[in-house]
Amino acid sequence: MSNVTDTTTLHLAEQRKYSPLRDFISRLFKEKKMGAVGGIIVLLMLVVGIFAHWIAPYAYDLNNMQIAMQPSSPAHILGTDQLGRDVFSRIIYGARISMIVGLGASTINVVVAAIIGVFSGLVGGKTDLVIQRFVDAALAFPMLIIVITLMALIGRGLIQTVLVLGIWGAIAWIRVARSAVMAIRENVYVDAARVIGCSTPQLIWRHILPNISPILIIMFSISMSGNILGEASLSFLGFGIPPPYPSWGLMLSVEGRRYMEEAWWLALWPGVALSVAVYGINMWGDAVRDLLDPRLRGGIGRYGRATRQIQMQTTKQETTILGRLKSLLVRR
Amino acid sequence: MRAYIIRRLLLIIPTLILVSAVVFITVRLIPGDVIEQMAIQMGQTTQGEQIDFDKIREMLGMDEPWHIQYGKWMWGALRGDLGNSLFTGAPVTEGILDRIPITFELGFLAFIIAQLMAVPIGIYSAIRQDSWGDFLGRSFAIIMLSIPGFWLGTMVMVFPSIWWNWTPPMSYIAFTDDPLGNLQMFIIPALLMGMAMSATTMRMLRTTMLDVLRQDYVRTAWAKGLRERVVVVRHVFRNALIPVITMMAGQVPVMIGGAVIMEQIFNIPGMGRFFLDAINRRDYPIVTGINLILAGFGMLLILLVDLSYARLDPRIRYK
Repeated sequence: MSNVTDTTTLHLAEQRKYSPLRDFISRLFKEKKMGAVGGIIVLLMLVVGIFAHWIAPYAYDLNNMQIAMQPSSPAHILGTDQLGRDVFSRIIYGARISMIVGLGASTINVVVAAIIGVFSGLVGGKTDLVIQRFVDAALAFPMLIIVITLMALIGRGLIQTVLVLGIWGAIAWIRVARSAVMAIRENVYVDAARVIGCSTPQLIWRHILPNISPILIIMFSISMSGNILGEASLSFLGFGIPPPYPSWGLMLSVEGRRYMEEAWWLALWPGVALSVAVYGINMWGDAVRDLLDPRLRGGIGRYGRATRQIQMQTTKQETTILGRLKSLLVRR
Repeated sequence: MRAYIIRRLLLIIPTLILVSAVVFITVRLIPGDVIEQMAIQMGQTTQGEQIDFDKIREMLGMDEPWHIQYGKWMWGALRGDLGNSLFTGAPVTEGILDRIPITFELGFLAFIIAQLMAVPIGIYSAIRQDSWGDFLGRSFAIIMLSIPGFWLGTMVMVFPSIWWNWTPPMSYIAFTDDPLGNLQMFIIPALLMGMAMSATTMRMLRTTMLDVLRQDYVRTAWAKGLRERVVVVRHVFRNALIPVITMMAGQVPVMIGGAVIMEQIFNIPGMGRFFLDAINRRDYPIVTGINLILAGFGMLLILLVDLSYARLDPRIRYK
């Protein structure tokens, strides 16, 4: 054939498009198996929460005193509580409440922390100093005590819980967002953007936010378990979700503790559900952090692959004395 | 150094005044007040009697404008008097001072237990990375992070009573009366709190130690032929401590929150129970007092942590 330009070389020169999401998922399943398990638990919680009214065999507030406090039976697989409500159905509806609180409060955490953090980090100077002193003062409080005070102020309820956990919980994340912004502010491309006449909102939207987005995603995944546990603790102490709504924390305190002598299953199952959910979210959050944190890996996307390949090459080469010494130190 | 400490201590004062003002106003915005709560209780005992709400408010000094109430309270607070409980009339300062040792004993025990578990397991996990021991330690940490303390506490109450007819001691015994009985009462809640706390420390210690293990000076230490114990303890552990100590201090407010729940479950008359009762009765002076004292304690703790950096890392100097 006289055709000199081979199609394969052309193909090599062509840029391959990577979907960051697909890359992330494939890396999650390959490198972070526990994270994938966590992700599946989170997904399952979401599905159960959204379709609770189809999955649950009974309504969460359907009481029937005739079958109160019965152990598990084919009709009520996890038994019934002191009002004859089906524990299994209540736990399924509880997933909905936990997911609403987890997703809602974490969203508020991230949005508030990002807004104040970007502002504080970009403006700098005296304003930044004052904001940081406020953050310090707020962090000196025991979180639970102040959150209980705030819940007493605005009253019990789902929206109130989400707001209080979301806004007060954001304070701890302001520092993280701020330091991320300050690190990015030092980059040459920020100066370049300023020089070509980029306005501040444009700068934030086009340069700052995309660059801190991995940190915001990590924040979201990590804060979720704290918010779910926070809601459960608040409800347990009687300051979160009011009855008859089936919050897992509330089920533990009202039904579980008062009737624990007669009906141990009331104290067992909500806690199991809560632990499994928090376990899944923790594993998921850890995996997200490991995969997205630019300090831990070469970042998301094809650069991540490139650096990994280089890393693999170097580990193969580590047969020199230095390499052996290094592996001795690490003691794998 | 001394000037730095004095400056930091002086900075705490305006912050505390701000905090007290915010809390003072916040608790007064909570719907319902102490008189209504009293009326609910009295309604059960004396029926039909008309209660003159305004007269009681005047008696308790609650009819005055907020800024005057705050001024009076602040004047007292400066002299160490946090006012009297609106519900029982008992002085708040004494009430808090009576209960602080109880909560601190619980927190201190939990802290010791947490460190006793976290430090050895964390060091082992780091120097034997990816071994079975490391895997077990990490699994334990992750499981402890996921199980809420209040559920574990409830389980400890339920199952031993069903299986062995045994429940943890539920009536408070003062340390001065019976030290052993007192410890018996505290050990289970402290163990539960400590286990949860150790998980975070353990994970953090492992990560930072792994980081330090890869440093050049550690390689030098190995190359010099130092024994493993010396390298690990003197070169690695000490240098891994700074972020761990920051995190431990950050855990203390979380631990106080945990104490509130444990006191509720195990019937311990500490600050947490005092606080919950006060907020349910809208007993403003107690709520404000507890918040003020805990915030002051938290800020002192941050200062102590900052000062400990200078001791641990000679490169850090304060001016």
